[in-house]
Amino acid sequence: MQTEVDERTAAEHGLTSEEYQRITDRIGRVPTLTELGILSVMWSEHCSYKSSRLHLKKLPTRGDRILVGPGENAGIVDIGGGWAAAFKIESHNHPSYIEPFQGAATGVGGILRDIFTMGARPVAVLDALRFGPPDDPENGPANRRIIRGVVEGIAHYGNCIGVPTIGGECSFDPCFSANPLVNVFALGVFRQDSIFLGSAKGLGNPVIYVGAKTGRDGIQGASMASAEFDEDSEAKRPNVQVGDPFLEKLLLEACLEAMRTGAILGIQDMGAAGLTCSTAEMGGRGGVGIEIELDRVPQRESGMTPYEIMLSESQERMLLVAERGREGEVLAVFRKWGLDAVEIGTVTADRLLRVKHGGSVVAELDAGFLSDDAPLYDRPHSEPRRTAPLDGPALNEPSAADLLAGIEALLASPELNSKRWIWEQYDHQVRTNTTSGPGADAAVIRIKEANVSLAMSLDGNSRYCSLDPRLGTQLIVAECCRNLATVGATPIAATNNLNFGNPEKPEIMAQLVESIEGMAEACRHFGTPITGGNVSLYNETLGEGIDPAPVLGIVGMLDHMAAPIGSCFTQAGDLVVLLGGLLPDCRGDELPQRFGSSQYAKTLLAQTWGLPPSLDLEHEASVHEATRNIVRQDLVHSAHDVGSGGLAVALAECCFGPEPIGVTIEFDTDHPLLSAMFHECPSRVLLSLPRANIGEVVAITASLHVPLVELGHTGGSTLAFRLNSTTRVEAPVAQLRKIWESSFEASLEAQ
Amino acid sequence: MKFGVIIFPGSNCDHDALYALTHNLGQRATEIWHESEELGDADAVFVPGGFSYGDYLRCGAIARFSPVIRSLRRFADSGGLVIGVCNGFQILCEAGLLDGALIRNQDLRFVCRTVELVPGTLDSAFTSACQPDRPLRIPVAHGEGCFFADEATLDRIEAEDRVAFRYSGNNPNGSSRNIAGVLSEGRNVLGMMPHPERACDTAVGSTDGIAVFRSMIAAAGNGLRHAD
Repeated sequence: MQTEVDERTAAEHGLTSEEYQRITDRIGRVPTLTELGILSVMWSEHCSYKSSRLHLKKLPTRGDRILVGPGENAGIVDIGGGWAAAFKIESHNHPSYIEPFQGAATGVGGILRDIFTMGARPVAVLDALRFGPPDDPENGPANRRIIRGVVEGIAHYGNCIGVPTIGGECSFDPCFSANPLVNVFALGVFRQDSIFLGSAKGLGNPVIYVGAKTGRDGIQGASMASAEFDEDSEAKRPNVQVGDPFLEKLLLEACLEAMRTGAILGIQDMGAAGLTCSTAEMGGRGGVGIEIELDRVPQRESGMTPYEIMLSESQERMLLVAERGREGEVLAVFRKWGLDAVEIGTVTADRLLRVKHGGSVVAELDAGFLSDDAPLYDRPHSEPRRTAPLDGPALNEPSAADLLAGIEALLASPELNSKRWIWEQYDHQVRTNTTSGPGADAAVIRIKEANVSLAMSLDGNSRYCSLDPRLGTQLIVAECCRNLATVGATPIAATNNLNFGNPEKPEIMAQLVESIEGMAEACRHFGTPITGGNVSLYNETLGEGIDPAPVLGIVGMLDHMAAPIGSCFTQAGDLVVLLGGLLPDCRGDELPQRFGSSQYAKTLLAQTWGLPPSLDLEHEASVHEATRNIVRQDLVHSAHDVGSGGLAVALAECCFGPEPIGVTIEFDTDHPLLSAMFHECPSRVLLSLPRANIGEVVAITASLHVPLVELGHTGGSTLAFRLNSTTRVEAPVAQLRKIWESSFEASLEAQ
Repeated sequence: MKFGVIIFPGSNCDHDALYALTHNLGQRATEIWHESEELGDADAVFVPGGFSYGDYLRCGAIARFSPVIRSLRRFADSGGLVIGVCNGFQILCEAGLLDGALIRNQDLRFVCRTVELVPGTLDSAFTSACQPDRPLRIPVAHGEGCFFADEATLDRIEAEDRVAFRYSGNNPNGSSRNIAGVLSEGRNVLGMMPHPERACDTAVGSTDGIAVFRSMIAAAGNGLRHAD
């Protein structure tokens, strides 16, 4: 029975009455149900970027190393010697809330397909995760279930397919209890002359469907990801796709092998909106039409309607266009790997996406209308939403016991404690390229083919962004690049994942706009164009939105394949210095407000106020330059970014190497002790070095006008702070380390 | 020396083995597709880690029926050197080439970390180049690596000096008697959960895995190779 389509049906598909009007005006008739389904997913926020597109244009996208920028399945950069790297980050937030294991697993599968669909072999995965606190008094059990499921899902997929998960970051806040975020970054490597694009060409060429059979899973997934959640969201469980990493492994190997035949002209994975999106986008990009016959599509179950086949998000499927006459070579490769590969249609000249089923045409739409003419909204934006006050409580000068309690509480907090429990579940070593793995400031893999290494860092900070999305986002970009500098890498390009609430609320839209503009400025400054990424809006459940959570993934290069130095002290008797100055950003009168964004305020005082630390982009870049030069000349034994938790936490982390080493710090300060130890001003890097090298290090920092402060020396078995000639803290490293190492697992086992 | 590396559709440590054997050890190495009935002119066979045919039923349960395992069994029966690592170990147990079985890790979680191993014997083609008092640092990466056998079998393996490696200190998966690797009765087949091919290069942290391959190369040089 053919369902009648009207404005109400359109509304059920998430299309506004204006959008429905636009459709009927353009096609001059009432769309069929299949057409409505196709349009609703193509015009969903997830596929069309209709709320963000206008602002994404503000981001820098060009650079000397950029071979392919935004708009394709992934961005591509030149890594020298004729080699290239493709990389992108993508979210799977909504599915991971409904069904954590499968949601996260298919998130990994989706981004890996984006990489190998371009011809690159995936060699690294990183992930940025946001959960509700595992020890939350109210939502703890649910949060722990989501944490366990997501981690296991990522591990299952990545470990099976054999791509190492080499790093990432993880953060917790009650706002993520009902809106966890799962952002997965992947990077692949290939020859520059073997890049494949998702574009159909050549009239009469066969359109070939490859991989898993189409089932009823994931129908309307893209639309689900473009709406808020309510009490009925549990009923959306069938919208979550189920992943099969073994099948994806076959698909990966078969695609790369089939590409080597030279008979493939264009290829695209079936991700969000499945067959609909892949056919529409391939036709749109190639400026051609595509006609497909749904009866030929391999199907997992009988009786599927054209609507269901077109909108299914069954995983592990690809669409490709081959050269007519050579399709046999391509099909033979897929047969070798035991995969379904079927010619389902042809490339046509009329620029129409024409879908046939049972002998009749069930949809006929202009390919350009579907993608390029999707609605574009300049949504109203006001002042960014802000709930925290500007001024915080008066802080008393802490006692020695307070300071120790502060360090211990921070090291035990889910935000800062060791995430070994998570990353030991990921195979981070397969492919034997990982020279700096999880737990380090930046992840590094060697690229054996190109004789270089690539460093990667993912960062986000919702604490900062909720107080000032523009500055907060700039701080994220700065931290990412600083992390890369600690291993000696030069940042070359970036990808972003913009996780926000409902853009139809002006104060949320404002967060998005401010964040993008801040990102644009910082990325220009550090020379890291954005090559693509993902926008995830409507992260709201029952009207409660998440804090703004932009995530940056930045890739840097090293011109060698040796293992970089680590972030931990390696021997006793080294000098410990702080690059960038003690509290470089701080005017004393601003400090009380800026301290309100610190992890100390959140963890110890259970509140957040004020503003993020201030950032001087020029100064920050000089610190990176100095760090890189020092690291590259092998002058130091370790380099560690000072981040969340401030100097005290960063120093403690430096003590937690394979062989624990203590440190004694001594300096004078006019600032309050709490700020000196826990404030989070950026542009700072901790170095440990043999005393003999200090002259050369100072020569480098002086030439770049970067302040350098001698803090103390490594050795002994305690973390000791002497400030203004008084010992303020002296704690055994073993005791601190135990807290740091065991807290996360303990919080997951809480009853 | 020429190594043959078996490739199942779901193998994912095959490239690592080929790289280590050729680049780090300077040996020849060739790929053997899982549908192959022949092992070619390989002097020794490496069964790599991964997920063979998806391993949804039980690790290695399907792989044991593959054409290549039939030829591998003939090769092993005639005295050829076979090393199975991780999924390779699981497959060799399923195929009956080694005693025991590998079950879910005790804590039910996948684990990837570098562990310390001590050789259980130096009297084998896989451990002769190890030093008795120096532990090897080699990574593990598995979800089902808990070595299990009944007490009588364990007693027999130990009595016959067939424990190739034991975890020293931290046992990552709950394996019986800390066993990380075992030898066949003929001592020409080794299965081990840790990945020696991941520990052949200082850039990735350890070169202790080289001792395993050096032992094999020495054994092959001494004429311990298959008959045909």
